[in-house]
Amino acid sequence: MTNKYLVEGSENELTTKTAAELAGLIHSREVTSREVTQAHLDRIAAVDGDIHAFLHVGQEEALNAADDVDKRLDAGEAPASALAGVPLALKDVFTTTDAPTTAASKMLEGYMSPYDATVTRKIREAGIPILGKTNMDEFAMGSSTENSAYGPTHNPWDLERTAGGSGGGSSAALAAGQAPLAIGTDTGGSIRQPAALTNTVGVKPTYGTVSRYGLIACASSLDQGGPTARTVLDTALLHEVIAGHDAFDATSVNRPVAPVVQAAREGANGDLKGVKVGVVKQFDRDGYQPGVLEAFHASVEQMRSQGAEIVEVDCPHFDDALGAYYLILPCEVSSNLARFDGMRYGLRAGDDGTRSADEVMAYTRAQGFGPEVKRRIILGTYALSVGYYDAYYLQAQRVRTLIAQDFAKAYEQVDILVSPTTPTTAFKLGEKVTDPLEMYNFDLCTLPLNLAGLAGMSLPSGLASDTGLPVGLQLMAPAFQDDRLYRVGAAFEAGRK
Amino acid sequence: MDFDEVLEKYDPVMGLEVHVELGTETKMFSASSAHFGAEPNSNVDPVSLGLPGALPVVNAKGVEWAIKIGLALNCSIAESSRFARKNYFYPDQPKNYQISQYDEPIAYDGYLDVVLEDGTEWRVEIERAHMEEDTGKLTHLGGTSGRIHGATASLVDCNRAGVPLIEVVTKPIEGAGARAPEIAKAYVSALRDLVKALGVSDGRLDQGSMRVDANLSLRPIGQEEFGTRTETKNINSLKSVEQAITFEMQRQAQVLDDGGVIDQETRHYQEADGSTSKGRPKETAEDYRYFNDPDLPPVIAPREWVEEIRATLPELPWVRRARIQEEWKLSDAEMRDLINANALDLIIETVEAGTTPDEARAWWVSYISQKANESGVELDALGVAPAHVARVVALVSEGKLTNKLARQAIDGVIAGEGDVDAVVAARGLEVVRDDGAIEKAVDDALAANPDIVEKYRAGNTKVTGAIVGAVMKATRGKADPAQVNQLIAKKLA
Repeated sequence: MTNKYLVEGSENELTTKTAAELAGLIHSREVTSREVTQAHLDRIAAVDGDIHAFLHVGQEEALNAADDVDKRLDAGEAPASALAGVPLALKDVFTTTDAPTTAASKMLEGYMSPYDATVTRKIREAGIPILGKTNMDEFAMGSSTENSAYGPTHNPWDLERTAGGSGGGSSAALAAGQAPLAIGTDTGGSIRQPAALTNTVGVKPTYGTVSRYGLIACASSLDQGGPTARTVLDTALLHEVIAGHDAFDATSVNRPVAPVVQAAREGANGDLKGVKVGVVKQFDRDGYQPGVLEAFHASVEQMRSQGAEIVEVDCPHFDDALGAYYLILPCEVSSNLARFDGMRYGLRAGDDGTRSADEVMAYTRAQGFGPEVKRRIILGTYALSVGYYDAYYLQAQRVRTLIAQDFAKAYEQVDILVSPTTPTTAFKLGEKVTDPLEMYNFDLCTLPLNLAGLAGMSLPSGLASDTGLPVGLQLMAPAFQDDRLYRVGAAFEAGRK
Repeated sequence: MDFDEVLEKYDPVMGLEVHVELGTETKMFSASSAHFGAEPNSNVDPVSLGLPGALPVVNAKGVEWAIKIGLALNCSIAESSRFARKNYFYPDQPKNYQISQYDEPIAYDGYLDVVLEDGTEWRVEIERAHMEEDTGKLTHLGGTSGRIHGATASLVDCNRAGVPLIEVVTKPIEGAGARAPEIAKAYVSALRDLVKALGVSDGRLDQGSMRVDANLSLRPIGQEEFGTRTETKNINSLKSVEQAITFEMQRQAQVLDDGGVIDQETRHYQEADGSTSKGRPKETAEDYRYFNDPDLPPVIAPREWVEEIRATLPELPWVRRARIQEEWKLSDAEMRDLINANALDLIIETVEAGTTPDEARAWWVSYISQKANESGVELDALGVAPAHVARVVALVSEGKLTNKLARQAIDGVIAGEGDVDAVVAARGLEVVRDDGAIEKAVDDALAANPDIVEKYRAGNTKVTGAIVGAVMKATRGKADPAQVNQLIAKKLA
């Protein structure tokens, strides 16, 4: 199968070039940022009817930002960043003052934030025009964007299939040439999993290295914003723009950003000599789609041929990660989403004079939240209740500690861990919506990393022989060693060519 | 039931929870101003409005002040404490959870020794002092009582949302017997003096910057197990603390005597008649679903920092009192009178501003206390500051004011006419020093009273009172009587 939206051989089109290439053209004034931005806006207008990657397109704002970059460059100023002038698609979970921020929920339909998220601010300061806000599962809860209140995103590889979730919009936009760069958030795999399904690159940075201020919270202890693009280098360039300490986020870590761009450039020589790669035993076994395992094994062999030493590592508690995740996440969700009550902003329903404030809150929440969000709020409320807290929430926290210990032991033996990003390739829209547990299982391989707060990447590793759809390779690095992802990722990417 | 009768049968057990609003510049978790009295919803930001994506960041000053309070209450300070979320829905709570401390408070296991009216000391054990954020404020329109019930609309003001609070919780106070109400009052009073001395709060019960929840239960004499307690809120003066406990003791005793049971409930203190009334009954038991706030890492208080803070603690009220009593050579009774009149700190500050202790005491316990009584406000709420008193004392000793004029100057300060000098200038109170004007008034008075002049010259020097009176009248009280007497003696010599 091929992605007809990104056909090989159309390299002369601005919408198929890498962000690094576009930045080079813009900074050398061979093209303007306006031309690049307009090309992507045109592309969105042409194909988003098929894809539905965007919930909002900010044509005027994007072009104004592009013009500003052009004006500065024409005046001889240095580019504000390595990506200045290259446009980007922003997941609709980061607040923006010039576009609605809905988190794909009816609850926030048309909601205008009075402030920009820190990530939004950094993007603007880097001179990156924001094309629009991308589709997602409501409040980032889901694995297919089918929980969006505004309809699902379609995978450019096969429109009947999911582009993944929750950040399906961002990844599909990259795969359809609608944007060269996109921002996602990853709570249990929401960056890496859609990247795998769309043959793009997505990175979940180490927890605390990208500010969560202005990121509408799903689960605070797991959420992390991150970069996505079509190449490892582009992803690194965007990573460097959005990472860094933020005084507005108490969980933000005050330490230098890992040298990710340098690592991506170094890795491009394709040399993996001296790198110890650990294959996680728990994510390499029966039950996975044969085509996925086959592609994964081929990837491992490729790394071996590039000089890497391959070791199998045992992470026994990863088998308990799904259960722990689906307790910790709903507990935090039940509290984080309590603020959506119709009192101060967003949807207010049922306020017709017959209902008390309590009743209006309940009615609004009944109207405004979709079924998966409600399911998780109820689950979390129950698990935190007196008499259940110890058995569920606390027990899950203990499992979380054990998973972190599994990772720590693994990194005593190896430099980096690998696994398939997902157990199967993209499934058909509608296939899993009636079975939440099966949907949850789809994130099996990605969520241990969030529980431990570490850094992970998914990058293209070929097509599955059985379905012809993209398979993602997941790399997992220790906390604050995000540059390892890029060194190994860039080498792997180079080795595939 | 008669109070003595209550005590014959029952033993009260009290627990006091006091919320102290800190006077920090900014809120507990954001940079929004924490000041009281601004336009509704003007001291707000994304954090205090609970907007999507907003995150809390701990106010270091709030932590430092919490540690100050903890140290002054002889508490242990936790090297690591945590913020938790207390989840419940209410329109004055922007996030629908309150950030508070739950099982890991910053300060725990302390005590406060309070002095009762007869001079005996009582040790109140402190369970914990923890940090949390205040809620917004609801104003209910329509209806009868200003309560939510029956209101046609409710307005939410988020200025107070996120203002730092320290909740100080006592351990159960047992064995107090008849002294329970008095101990409650003395404890709240001591705590108020403490936070004021620390400079962390203005401790105003009437404005809600200090809020008292009084838990009380009764158990039959001899029984060890606690009875069912009630929690009384809406207590906004020291007197009310005492009255609320007294009322609850009597009410609960009556219920128990009548064979009834005490409902575990929240009650509201009624200022008008000193009673307590049932709050809105809760349909379901509250389950706050506490869990550690994942947005906030643990609060770390290194030992060196705690010791640095300890070194900055000011002289604490009880230490100061002992020193003052010694220095001023006051009897226990005199000392207690000053404390009970809530005058001691004011007098000390007045002395610090330059008066003698006797001068300061004279002003505060007589004239100003009398004015406070007339207005029905606390001594420190009258609008007179120690600096004002020190200024009038100075003007009197310089001969620029007479005692009578000085009282008028204080009246002006109370009336809000400005500071002492402004009042003296505006009201034209200063003693007339212009010798020419006074001399003329003396001459006029002597000319108008030839009979008195004659008596004086005949040897009766005690008759000058009428002359002095006439001069004072002519100068509208601004002449110095001593100077007038000297002039009369000179003229008639």
